[in-house]
Amino acid sequence: MAFLEVKNLHVEVEDKKILNGLTLSVEKGQVAAIMGPNGSGKSTLAYVLAGKDNYKVTEGDVLLNGQSILQMAPDERAAKGVFLAFQYPVEVPGVATMTFLRTALNAQRKARGEPELSTPDFMKLVRAAASHLGISQEMLRRAVNVGFSGGEKKRNEILQMAILQPRLAVLDETDSGLDIDALKIVAEGVNRLRSPERSTIVITHYQRLLEFIVPDVVHVLAKGKVVKSGGKELALELEAKGYAQFQGEAA
Amino acid sequence: MNADVRAMKTPTEQALSAAFVAARGKLPGNGAVLALREQAFREFDTRGLPHRRVEEWKYTDLRALMRDLYPLASPPDVAARVRANSAGKLLGGVEIRRIVFVDGSFVSELSDLTPEPGLSIGTMAEALAKGDPSVAAHVGQTFATDDVAVALNTALMGDGAVIRISGGAALNRPINLVFMTGSDKPSSAFMRSLVVVEKGGKATIIESHESGDAQVNAAVELVVGDEAQVNYIKITQARAVHVATLLATVGARAQFNSFDFTADSSIVRNQKFIRFAGEGTKASICGVALLRGKDHVDTTLLIEHSAGHCESREQFKAVLDDQSHSVFQGKIVVKQHAQKTDAKMMTRALLLSDESEADNKPELEIFADDVVCGHGATAGALDPSLKFYLMSRGISEKESEADNKPELEIFADDVVCGHGATAGALDPGLKFYLMSRGISEKESEALLIEAFIDETIEQVAHEGIRDALKFAALKWLGTRD
Repeated sequence: MAFLEVKNLHVEVEDKKILNGLTLSVEKGQVAAIMGPNGSGKSTLAYVLAGKDNYKVTEGDVLLNGQSILQMAPDERAAKGVFLAFQYPVEVPGVATMTFLRTALNAQRKARGEPELSTPDFMKLVRAAASHLGISQEMLRRAVNVGFSGGEKKRNEILQMAILQPRLAVLDETDSGLDIDALKIVAEGVNRLRSPERSTIVITHYQRLLEFIVPDVVHVLAKGKVVKSGGKELALELEAKGYAQFQGEAA
Repeated sequence: MNADVRAMKTPTEQALSAAFVAARGKLPGNGAVLALREQAFREFDTRGLPHRRVEEWKYTDLRALMRDLYPLASPPDVAARVRANSAGKLLGGVEIRRIVFVDGSFVSELSDLTPEPGLSIGTMAEALAKGDPSVAAHVGQTFATDDVAVALNTALMGDGAVIRISGGAALNRPINLVFMTGSDKPSSAFMRSLVVVEKGGKATIIESHESGDAQVNAAVELVVGDEAQVNYIKITQARAVHVATLLATVGARAQFNSFDFTADSSIVRNQKFIRFAGEGTKASICGVALLRGKDHVDTTLLIEHSAGHCESREQFKAVLDDQSHSVFQGKIVVKQHAQKTDAKMMTRALLLSDESEADNKPELEIFADDVVCGHGATAGALDPSLKFYLMSRGISEKESEADNKPELEIFADDVVCGHGATAGALDPGLKFYLMSRGISEKESEALLIEAFIDETIEQVAHEGIRDALKFAALKWLGTRD
């Protein structure tokens, strides 16, 4: 059984149908790329997995390790190992980054019945993860994402991923708005977290990111369902031919 | 004449009149003081308790809210004094001088009267009884107003503090005027205090109210001299009905910071009349109110710029749960000749419940230096930087259940004035972000509410007091359902 199983998922947002019977499996340890044109439902899938409000599932199910997560609140899903790296990480003024990271980590540990991390151990963990990603102590002292550049916000997402060590990481267009240097830093951060114990979904428009994070499988999404799956060469094919060939198929 | 100009007296109004007649001979002061009382009483007797048709009291209808009058408090007995032992506990960890009033009377054994150079401490009852000219010169003179709650206070004023900080003196410790109820029976108290900080004096004064089932009408007259630096903090935890007035006049080149913290209160009216009477003064007038249940907290400001080149910043926030109701009425008046005034006012309400209500009414009244200017100028655009100033922490822009009525009249060029009022719920996007990291809904909300409150509490300069207020706010949050 795959670690993540999305079965015939139908989702509406404000009475508009976005996902139309999406079926997808991601194995343990697998890196799956999801590509597709604008409006194909990529970000909707990411939000539905993380449990955002106002996404109405009308049919189908999502199983994580065999257990349905659709009735769970976002924090419960996080404790089960779901992590969404946001396409647009929000600024949270007044909440210090360190407080946020510690509160999140300890909440997850508590939910899993693990003891809280001591302050020195926590600091050590954050410092190590931050230095790999080129995140300065000064950035850590600021409020969450406040005054961060686009690239810094994306790096901060990967920092959170490194600290929270999720079992299912969903990266929603993590490459958007990044220059090539920032893209490399982020991709290296993600690659460092590749593990047989972790499943990863990389959502992207472009093949470029997949040169740095090489996927095991590529799924093409169009009009709310998976229309084609294949190996990493599928990404190159898409780059050459575009998405037009699939737009008709799903209709 | 309108039939409702003077409606029939309510039982509470009748009781107040009877209380005045009965107490007249016993209240401290004769001669000029008595004349002042009589005049104030006539003002009340003619107009009655403030009610909703009085614009300034529109949202806090005392006539309806005070169904009856509690008996005037008597000096505290032994049991009441024992109950008052916890006086000022919110600031328990802060190195501070406490001056304690229980049930409206000064209690010396709970007060710290250690001498300090440049500081004199007395009581209002004694000053009025003696006809102390240095006190008489200020009482009723700091800020002229026809407000009936103030008139009622003047008519019935009993005890209170008289604090004077002499020219150039800097206090070692903040002074905490603590007003609390010790009686276990309902009571009413009318307290009047006077604080004078002379030229160049430096002081932090905290007015704390901790009351049980008590109707409190407390007024403080505050005179801030030229070049003085004064931090004025009011902490209110008051059940039943609490009406408090600050009447302040601030001199030139002074620094004046005022901060209100209100929580665990039933019906509170905090009104402040503040005049900038000398040039070059900087002021911040801020506050945080935390409301739940059926709590009602009304903050009403009249900020008068009578002299030019002053800067004032007002920032008031309310967090509302359940069926609570907050009111903010802030009026900035810029008088003729008060050129180069820089005044900004901001209020935000965070609605945690669909049933809570926030009414915000900022007003500006700005008069030009001459008639020509007044005719020629039109309403100016709001300072664009204000938009940034108004953006606050963790709040979505969604308006809900809120009544915002900004009024704006500008007839001058050389002023920077602006105000803003918003009310909204917690930003669901921020909440989702925190929850997606495993933080529970309750804790996510607490983090965001704390950030919202802290932004304003950070205005409190004194570290120990600031921390104590943050802790009190956290405690309030911690008891949220």
